[in-house]
Amino acid sequence: MFRNQYDTDVTTWSPAGRLFQVEYAMEAVKQGSAAIGLRSKSHVVLACVNKANSELSSHQKKIFKVDDHVGVAIAGLTADGRVLSRYMRNECINYFYTYESQLPVGRLVVQLADKAQVCTQRSWKRPYGVGLLVGGLDESGAHLYYNCPSGNYFEYQAFAIGSRSQAAKTYLERKFVSFMASSRENLIKDALFALRETLQGEKLTSSACTIAVVGVGEAFHILDQETVQALINEFEIAGEEAAAPDQAGVDEPSAADDQAAPVDQSAAPMDM
Amino acid sequence: MNSFDSNPATNSLISSEADSQRTLYPYVTGTSVVGIKYKDGILLAADMGGSYGSTLRYKSVERLKPVGKHSLIGASGEISDFQEIMRYLDDLILSDNMWDDGNSLGPKEVHNYLTRVMYNRRNKFNPLWNSLVLGGVKNGQKYLGTVSMIGVHYEDNHVATGFGNHLARPLLRDEWRENLTFEEGVILLEKCMRVLLYRDRSAVNKLQIAKITEEGVTISPPYSLKTFWNFSAFENPTHGAEGSW
Repeated sequence: MFRNQYDTDVTTWSPAGRLFQVEYAMEAVKQGSAAIGLRSKSHVVLACVNKANSELSSHQKKIFKVDDHVGVAIAGLTADGRVLSRYMRNECINYFYTYESQLPVGRLVVQLADKAQVCTQRSWKRPYGVGLLVGGLDESGAHLYYNCPSGNYFEYQAFAIGSRSQAAKTYLERKFVSFMASSRENLIKDALFALRETLQGEKLTSSACTIAVVGVGEAFHILDQETVQALINEFEIAGEEAAAPDQAGVDEPSAADDQAAPVDQSAAPMDM
Repeated sequence: MNSFDSNPATNSLISSEADSQRTLYPYVTGTSVVGIKYKDGILLAADMGGSYGSTLRYKSVERLKPVGKHSLIGASGEISDFQEIMRYLDDLILSDNMWDDGNSLGPKEVHNYLTRVMYNRRNKFNPLWNSLVLGGVKNGQKYLGTVSMIGVHYEDNHVATGFGNHLARPLLRDEWRENLTFEEGVILLEKCMRVLLYRDRSAVNKLQIAKITEEGVTISPPYSLKTFWNFSAFENPTHGAEGSW
C-alpha cells in the first residue's frame, strides 16, 4: 500500500470506498508474530510464537486467559491486546456476577467487535492495532473467532494471523476437515505442526512458543513448558509423516536463510 | 421503620431525595406460592387473590407468569411491584432475544438477575415488596429457586413463600420424592393449597397450577378446591380454649 491523500484520518473515505487507516491497522496485525487457533467439537487450542527480542529479555505475553471458558491469542500491538483482554475479562466477570453463568463467547466477540467499530468512526480515536483469536466454550460447544481491527469478526474452524501465517494457513487448509472430530491430543499436535510451518525451518522449541487449551470440562489454561517440550519431542520422534511431501521448506533444520514470506496480494484486506 | 420516616432529621440519612417514591408498606398483596420439582420439570401453584389489607378485594389476579422460553415465575406480596418486575423481565428477555444467537437465558440466570435486582433495591431502602419463586427447565436440567424482598435466595426441590413456608413445606418435606409424576405432583400441591385455604386468612378458593417442562409452559385455567368443613376441630373451634373466639 502506498501513501495517499485519504489516509490521514480514520474518518476520511477514499473515493474507492476504503478507510485506509483501518487497513493500515490490519497491516499492524500482519507484522506481529504468528498466532494460530484451531477447534474441534469440544476443544479449542491456541498457539503462538513467542520469540524474545534478545537473550536478556523475557518474551511478550500473547495469550491471555479471559475466563475459565474463554482465552485469547493476539497478534499486533500487544499493548492494545492487553487493554482489550482487560475489557473482555471485565465483561465476563460482570456477566457472571449478574447471572451466575458464563458469558457466551459468541456474545463476547460481538461486544468486542462493536468496541473496535467505535474506533473506526471517531475522529479523535484510532483503530486498535491488534488481531484477536478468541477461543471459548458456550452451550453449543467449542468456538474459535477472529476479531479484526475493522470491527469485523468471523468464526473459524482454524485460523492463523501475524507474520508468516500464510504457511500455517496452508497447513491448516489441508487438515481442517478432520478437526471437528479430532481428539484433544491430535488438535494440539496439529497446532504444533502449524506453528512449525511459520518458523520456516527453524527448530521448534518450547521456549519459543506458547500453547493454551480450553475444552468441555477443562478450564482455559496455558500448558507449561515441560508439557509442551514433551509433546514436541513426541511428535518429532514419531517422524514427519504428518508433514506431507508437498510442503515447501519443512525439512530438518538445514535451511540456512529464512525465505521471504509470500507477499499478501489483497485488493481490500477487509475482505478476509 | 415508621418512626424513622416521620422524623425529617433521620430521613435524609437513610433515603434519597425522591422520598415520596419509596415503597414503605404493601397495599394489594398476593399470598403464598408453592413450587415443587417433579419428573418432567417444575410445578407451581398460587391462588388468584389480591388482598387489600384484610379485605379479599381482587379475585382474579394471575400470580404465575412465564418468563422467556425456559422459566416460570410466581410472586407473592405487592402486586404492583410484581407488575414492575414483569416489566424488567420482559425487557431482559427482549434484549436476550435481540442477540439472535443460539444462546438464551435459563432459569438459573433469571433467578440470579432477580436476586441482584431485589438486593439492590433493598440496599437503597426502596424494596420491591415481593417474595418470588422462579422455576424452569433448560437442557434437561430442572431448576427451582426463591428470592425474597431483601435478597435472600436459595434453590431447593420444593419452595414456598409466606405462609406456605409454615404450612406447605412441612408437608412437602414428608411427602416429596424424586421423579413424582405430573398427577402425583398436582395431588401433592393441592394438598398444600387446601391446608393454606383452611388456615391462611388471605387465601381464596380459586387457584391456578402452572407446569414447565422442556417443551414449554402450561398454566391451568382457574379452578376451586373441594373443602371439607366437617372436621370436629371446625365444628367447635374454641373447644379446649375457653374464652377464645
